[in-house]
Amino acid sequence: MLAYILKRMLLIIPTFIGITIITFAVIQMAPGDPVALKMQSGERGIKSEAMAKTVIEKPRNLWGGEKPLPVQYALWMKRLVTLDFGESFKDHRPVIQKIAETLPITLTLNILTIIIIYLISVPLGIFSALHPKSVLDKFVTLGMFILYSLPAFWVATILIVYLGGADYLNWFPIVGFVSDGASELPWYGWGGNVAWHLVLPVVCLTYGGFAFLSRFSRATMLEVIRQDYIRTARAKGLPEWKVVYKHALRNTMIPLLTLMGTLLPALLGGSVIIEQIFSIPGMGRLSFESILARDYPTIMAIAAIDAFLTLISILLSDIMYVVVDPRITFEKG
Amino acid sequence: MVWHQFKKNRLALAGLAVVLLLFAVAIFASLLAPYSPTAYDLNSILMSPSKLHLLGTDDQGRDVLSRMIFGARISLSVGFVAVSIYIAIGILVGAVAGYYGGWIDIVISRIIEVMLCFPTFFLILAILAFVGPSIYNIMIVIGLTSWTGIARLVRGEFLRLKDQDYVAAARVSGASDRRIIFRHLLPNALAPVLVSASFGVASAILIESSLSFLGFGVPPYVPSWGGILSASREYMDVAWWMTIIPGVAIFLTITAYNLVGEGLRDAIDPRMRQ
Repeated sequence: MLAYILKRMLLIIPTFIGITIITFAVIQMAPGDPVALKMQSGERGIKSEAMAKTVIEKPRNLWGGEKPLPVQYALWMKRLVTLDFGESFKDHRPVIQKIAETLPITLTLNILTIIIIYLISVPLGIFSALHPKSVLDKFVTLGMFILYSLPAFWVATILIVYLGGADYLNWFPIVGFVSDGASELPWYGWGGNVAWHLVLPVVCLTYGGFAFLSRFSRATMLEVIRQDYIRTARAKGLPEWKVVYKHALRNTMIPLLTLMGTLLPALLGGSVIIEQIFSIPGMGRLSFESILARDYPTIMAIAAIDAFLTLISILLSDIMYVVVDPRITFEKG
Repeated sequence: MVWHQFKKNRLALAGLAVVLLLFAVAIFASLLAPYSPTAYDLNSILMSPSKLHLLGTDDQGRDVLSRMIFGARISLSVGFVAVSIYIAIGILVGAVAGYYGGWIDIVISRIIEVMLCFPTFFLILAILAFVGPSIYNIMIVIGLTSWTGIARLVRGEFLRLKDQDYVAAARVSGASDRRIIFRHLLPNALAPVLVSASFGVASAILIESSLSFLGFGVPPYVPSWGGILSASREYMDVAWWMTIIPGVAIFLTITAYNLVGEGLRDAIDPRMRQ
């Protein structure tokens, strides 16, 4: 098993190199020279030629100047492995610092979302599987289906007006991650304030995931419950709850665990819109703003970090898979 | 056979009816729309639904119903063209990987894994920011970034099918690789692709409307559902119809395509029918 895990970890190296190549290629698609583009926009205040030159020089260093593309890529890679993403074109702060400020917020939001999706949809799916064709099964399936088709940005807009606006109910804050001055509060007050801010964004991020996961757990449970060992468990007279929760549930959980890794990229993408709508200062909003400002160093850093996070979570769920399921063979890798 | 199963599913039939209706609306938009979708009238801005303007007017006095009708064109064409592009790419890549196997398969599988790691929506936004948002660019960018699912599906089907007797029979009778891939294997692998395409159109329409909502879609004067929604944000307290109507339209369209996808899947894969 250890050999498999090691091999699996080594495999992320070529994938990561692929990720960096695509990131680099996307930036190359940008029209014209990013340095020239920067000169056109923004920096209007520069009058002396010498100053303009230093402004040009700085980003050129990041890009490796006029060197051929492979050399530029190698230079960028060299900085990447030391987590040096250069300076933001927008406010000249180190990119890594901007990401360090926003990443925890986005991770909090997304991990909370994943936990809530699992807590709600897995029990519902299992219930549906145990009572197939019942009224509640049909109701759950239809309800999840409707939620799945509701565009999150529309729901977010409506929630803001009706639950966070001045005209209707003013139940929830609609801007930011935490209120100004909340750091003065004791930790539980601060936590409560954050939770209160996150209710609406988390609602918008979670409901779309219910349908997929509850259906998946329903199908998996139905598959498991038909197995011979379940019949054996029933035949030897175990009470039904023990058959379901002790014998069937464990094998149902295995494929559900591995799904966790694939949920992350979808959520990171979705949180771009939701963070933007609710003005949450996380990485999603940072990525939208850097795209608007054509802030290439930040865009490249975010793409690389997002992809790397996803890679790690897929790796973790693969490893979890072999750890929890001893039937999987390691020889084939 | 598939149709026979499909038509037993009433919800799926309803979905299909909505899809066909939307197509009719999009094709005959210029006949159906009571006003021009771009003609503004500053004397009648933000008018609530009335006999004159069935779905009200927007912030520039344009008829919302006419803009909705023309907006259907944008949504449906983006959905269809984008999905066609990525199905073509996905089939080609998946077929090559599954059929030839070996190092080709290893390389392609790695590339797919790399693509899967990127949050698609962020990638689409970034590329659109560089190449400039236009309806054609949206179609192409969605097409170029979303093919991995189809490729994996087709690869899996090909791996399963390629060792069957009829493939060996075709090979010994002298059929070329291209002929085996497209004439013998692909028709047998197409069913799940069709299901996936139906869901894909729904998600492409959702992506297009999200892009327009964020200002990365078609230019504001071009009528699109996401664009109307985006414009409504400033007038939500006075013009509810500008928010509700495009939202409901997007929701119904996505639901219809998803229902068709469900129905197809149940009809094709009997195991899903519990």
